[in-house]
Amino acid sequence: MNHRALKRKDLFWLALVVLLALMPAVSAVATNTFLMHVLILILLFSAMAQTWNIIGGYGGQTSFGHSVFFGIGAYGAGMAVVTYGLSPWPGIGIGMVAAAAVAVLISYPCFKLSGHYFAIATFAIVEIFHRMFLVWYWVGGALGLDYPVVEQGLKNFMWYDTKTGYYYGALALFVLVFGIVRFLESHRFGYYLRAVREGQETAESLGVNSQAIKLTAMALSAALAAMCGAFFGQYNLRVDPSMVMSLDMSMKFVLVTILGGAGTLAGPLLGAAVLIPLQEYTRALWGGLGGGVDLIVFGVLIIIIVIKQPAGISGMVRDIAKHIERRRAAAKGGTSIDAP
Amino acid sequence: MTLLEVREVTKKFGALVANDKVSFTVDPGTIVGLIGPNGAGKTTLFNCISGLYAISAGRIFFDGTEITGLPSFRIARLGAVRTFQVVRPLKEMTVFDNVLVGAFLQGAGNARARATAEECIRICNLTEYADKPAGDLPIGGKKRLELARALATGPKLLMLDEVMAGLTSTEVKGAMEVIHDIRRKGITLLIVEHIMEAIMPIADKVVVLDGGIKIAEGPPDRIIDDERVISAYLGTKFSRRLQARREESKHA
Repeated sequence: MNHRALKRKDLFWLALVVLLALMPAVSAVATNTFLMHVLILILLFSAMAQTWNIIGGYGGQTSFGHSVFFGIGAYGAGMAVVTYGLSPWPGIGIGMVAAAAVAVLISYPCFKLSGHYFAIATFAIVEIFHRMFLVWYWVGGALGLDYPVVEQGLKNFMWYDTKTGYYYGALALFVLVFGIVRFLESHRFGYYLRAVREGQETAESLGVNSQAIKLTAMALSAALAAMCGAFFGQYNLRVDPSMVMSLDMSMKFVLVTILGGAGTLAGPLLGAAVLIPLQEYTRALWGGLGGGVDLIVFGVLIIIIVIKQPAGISGMVRDIAKHIERRRAAAKGGTSIDAP
Repeated sequence: MTLLEVREVTKKFGALVANDKVSFTVDPGTIVGLIGPNGAGKTTLFNCISGLYAISAGRIFFDGTEITGLPSFRIARLGAVRTFQVVRPLKEMTVFDNVLVGAFLQGAGNARARATAEECIRICNLTEYADKPAGDLPIGGKKRLELARALATGPKLLMLDEVMAGLTSTEVKGAMEVIHDIRRKGITLLIVEHIMEAIMPIADKVVVLDGGIKIAEGPPDRIIDDERVISAYLGTKFSRRLQARREESKHA
């Protein structure tokens, strides 16, 4: 891709962020609590999916363990506030470091093996952490952590009157994660990461230390996922194992990205923009039917996407753009033939 | 001083001995051809030198350091870079991005890596394909991509594993010109090749393998007279043809 096309793309992203930043200024949006809630979740899940995209999309290593890192981040913030009566910020930092450490420990042996070992190991690790946190008294056990009422504001990252504070928090998270991935995508690390996905031996023959690249990507992905988890805890004012460290949560990281288009910058946003409203509205409408309705909807959508366009929504968008371009070219060609 | 020294390298796969105590050296600035019949162990030897296989016995030195047992990315970073006989494009990435991955070995800077990649793509006649996914290239293009990618790393020693196999005669001529260009840049070349008309005129030295054993080593002139090489690989008829061509060029 040439430089000019990339710059045009950046302009699009910039415009989107400005637009999103102005949203709460529209009073119809700001006063509609449910709409604000959906927007916050879209931003949060976009960021979450993007963290997964680093290792799962660009790196091609399917992780089902991201709810563990997400959970560690949520517990970091939660324990800082609930157990130690501090502001969540130091907890967020500790959670990010802990998540990266756990990610490296899990991945180090797995990345040496080829095939699906990594995916299987990450699957197992969710169960292990879920069980462990259920019975671990220090972190609140199965009851989890319930936030006390503290002063609202950025220091405690908590707001009661409106959701505007959380909205800007989610937007900041979104910009941070997407900005990091955008930067990596166009620099050596991003190229090396994709090269390892496309052919590990080939990449190594060109001087790429594939193990180091994958571990770094995994650590970064986990740390950012932990940051998202901390936001989730602060937003819900509670943390418990089933809420943040479940396979359900892990699957959302994977599904949102794959639905939108793995290994593309826009994929996680497209996936979240489609799936999250669906999830929230089905919950609001059919929540009485019991849990899991949203997952049924997810499942059906994924089946359709995988059959129609394995590259996800971003692949569909690309197809449509190509189609329009071809039509335009054909139209141009037609007029030039008609001209004398 | 030699650039590459292979000292009594042995590679066994179970009971099969693919390389048996093979020794040879490559001097800087030269082109060395590695030839031999199918199954002689040429690609295995390449895999041993480039660190893809762990060797069973022997030692390998490159540019003054021992590289025996080093992982392949370290050997590439030292400046010994290879291509693959069975082409391995990074399929979902564009041709340009493939070459860019190679170019990043010379430094993380984007501007310089892009300039290097562009130049290597031009040298290997891939400019028209630069923005296409590498998986969509025809076979000749994929072979040239292997070459461009390895070249972009800025190697001291470039190891080419049959980059001309399966190409049309026009494409072979093009490839030979590219190889000449590469040599003029001062890059040393170790080339596995089956097409004798391509390798014999450009090689300074030829190493012949048969059944995993080195049976001859020397300048091409002497190789085509070597009885063992003729019976194992070239054949009498072909050897005469090469000899006749040599006589012609002497008279000319």
